[in-house]
Amino acid sequence: MDNLPWQHKDLLDVTQLSGSDVNRIFDLAHEFQSINRRPVKKVPTLKGKTVVLFFAENSTRTRTSFDVAGKRLSADTFALSTAGSSISKGESLKDTGLTLQAMHPDVIVIRHSSSGAPRYLAEMLNCSVVNGGDGWHAHPTQALLDGYSLNEAWQGNFRGKTLLILGDIAHSRVARSNLYLMRSLGVNVRLCAPRTLLPAGVSSWPAEIYSDLNRAVQGVDAVMCLRLQLERQQAGLLPDLSEYAKRYCLDVAHLRHASKNVRVLHPGPMNRGLEISDAIADSSSCLVLDQVEAGVAVRMAVLYLLTMARRGEN
Amino acid sequence: MLCVHNAVHLDARVDLLVDNGKIVTMMPAGHHDSAAADKFFDASGLLLLPSLIDAHTHLREPGQEYKEDIDSGLTAAAHGGFGAIMCMANTRPVNDNASVTAFMLSQSRRSHPDGPALYPIAAATKGLEGKEISPLAELKQAGCVAVSNDGKPLASTEICRRVMEYAWDLGMILIDHCEDPTLAVGWMMNEGVTSGKLGVKGQPVCGEALQVARDVMLSEYLEIPIHIAHVSTRLAVDVIARAKECGVRVTAETCPHYLLLDESAVENYNTLAKVSPPLRLQEDREALRRAVREGIIDILATDHAPHAMYEKNTTLDMAPFGFSGLDLALTLSFELVAQGAFSEADLHRIWSKRPAEIFGLPCNEFSPGDPADFILYDPCQEWTIGADTMYSKSCNTPFLGQTVRGRVKHHWIAGKQIF
Repeated sequence: MDNLPWQHKDLLDVTQLSGSDVNRIFDLAHEFQSINRRPVKKVPTLKGKTVVLFFAENSTRTRTSFDVAGKRLSADTFALSTAGSSISKGESLKDTGLTLQAMHPDVIVIRHSSSGAPRYLAEMLNCSVVNGGDGWHAHPTQALLDGYSLNEAWQGNFRGKTLLILGDIAHSRVARSNLYLMRSLGVNVRLCAPRTLLPAGVSSWPAEIYSDLNRAVQGVDAVMCLRLQLERQQAGLLPDLSEYAKRYCLDVAHLRHASKNVRVLHPGPMNRGLEISDAIADSSSCLVLDQVEAGVAVRMAVLYLLTMARRGEN
Repeated sequence: MLCVHNAVHLDARVDLLVDNGKIVTMMPAGHHDSAAADKFFDASGLLLLPSLIDAHTHLREPGQEYKEDIDSGLTAAAHGGFGAIMCMANTRPVNDNASVTAFMLSQSRRSHPDGPALYPIAAATKGLEGKEISPLAELKQAGCVAVSNDGKPLASTEICRRVMEYAWDLGMILIDHCEDPTLAVGWMMNEGVTSGKLGVKGQPVCGEALQVARDVMLSEYLEIPIHIAHVSTRLAVDVIARAKECGVRVTAETCPHYLLLDESAVENYNTLAKVSPPLRLQEDREALRRAVREGIIDILATDHAPHAMYEKNTTLDMAPFGFSGLDLALTLSFELVAQGAFSEADLHRIWSKRPAEIFGLPCNEFSPGDPADFILYDPCQEWTIGADTMYSKSCNTPFLGQTVRGRVKHHWIAGKQIF
């Protein structure tokens, strides 16, 4: 299977990936994971390749993760953030994109507050574009690393499992991408949030919708807590954070109603005591650090496939 | 005397006699009275329509001439079949005083002495800020025909009421862009399945209807007519229909794009489909078509909103709202006739007779003495919508690149052939 050409120029959302694409990423990530655990963690696979990390929205972990992933494969990585860049001087996304392309990168990883920005770049540029998170829309590598973490935890048995995604679904690219990825893997998905944090049209999404966490958590095999942005209160979507925590902070009592080996995920950074209790964050059921580790491996796999395995190249 | 010979007017072959800028008579083609003419124009195969009236355009001059200026806007209007257009006040500076109105009119007379006619709309409030009423008497005297805060919806019901009262004393009505200003601030498209999937903020359909309800209640209470701009939702149609049944003097417009497109046009973050109010759902489109047919929505308007292509060439959140519409409106309207949305006779009513009645403008109904404002339309001409085929400076339209059928071939205003 490794010899098959990779069909996609870009990684914009998980919806573009077939089941075998996803498995291929998981398999490759598994191999790269072992490299990451060696004393010498660098391989020459992407030597001479250039990866631009274009983060027009604040991010530490995703950017660092891509940076580490690129460097472990010996690619040259360059970070470009909004502050101090031409974007803060009013340059349009079009001109920034064309300028970056003129430097002949192989991959541009973009994080942007505008939903659709990666697609806009991808349609304009010849190089590969990886969506590192766009607005409320999509975060494909996050979903893939979440999927990878559950793949390890569940030994590949996704079918028939139930995942609860808990928290601010409306404004979450993580929720959207995970919903589609998990559905494609055969996982039942539940969403739980107050109505004010559910997106328009959610009733047509392939998920069960709950507003009561005690009911939502019954029998689930995994819970994915989402980070609550503190500005949701100012926007009038929540009365206050303590009421939110009372209703939606995942704690040990909730998990008693879940399945026995329930796993807990969080894309980070966590607000302890707001969306996830201290006890759970530090418990063995919590996969947060596995997710971070998986993030590097999955991103190595994505960078590898986009640069080395595409049709007609190398 | 001019005889426009053998044109097709609502399925009948006719001769049109024109003299001194006025209609002399319209009669069956080949009638012996046609012999009185000394000039003949062979209109065989072409449709004869009255010049259209557009009650809602944005011409961008003064201030943003790179998008459109009065010259290019009127040229696009002429080729789109419009003999008169009303332009909104959200220019820079805003048309909230007589000198801006006078400037607009002098620019139009300079570039288009023979028409199309330009009728400016006065800003309802100074600077469109929604706080103080503009000097509407001086604006009326300078040539404004209606008032509107289009571009910045009137948030304060108190101000809305006072504008309606003050303007009506002067014989002008308020054209209101209806949008609840506190609901879904920062929206980019209709709120629904598509906005949820794309992860962008949407405006719920009730955001429009809420403000329409306010307006018709004010209108009923004050006994002052009001005109609702660019209706986009079934909910708003329902409110208007009920108000009309109760005798409220409310009139309303919609635009061809709301009758042809729905929110799916925004899929893939298509900035060319970003417009305010947003494209809605199929059920809204169907309700609007029915409302136009039945006269609940009185008129069509373009809401011509030209923007430079580079401004649309960005992400959905950054792109400005609006479509360039003057070049396309009639072609799209005939497409709607072909689809059975309304009849060709309806088309004359909604693009000419009713807007003239609502805003007190001259109108050609092909009766003796009417202004000789008419067009000959070639229903067969195929053309591809693009910068090279549009007369507007801007080609920001979701129909860009489509090949369509039918275009205005010739246009007379006040009896004078302008092309």
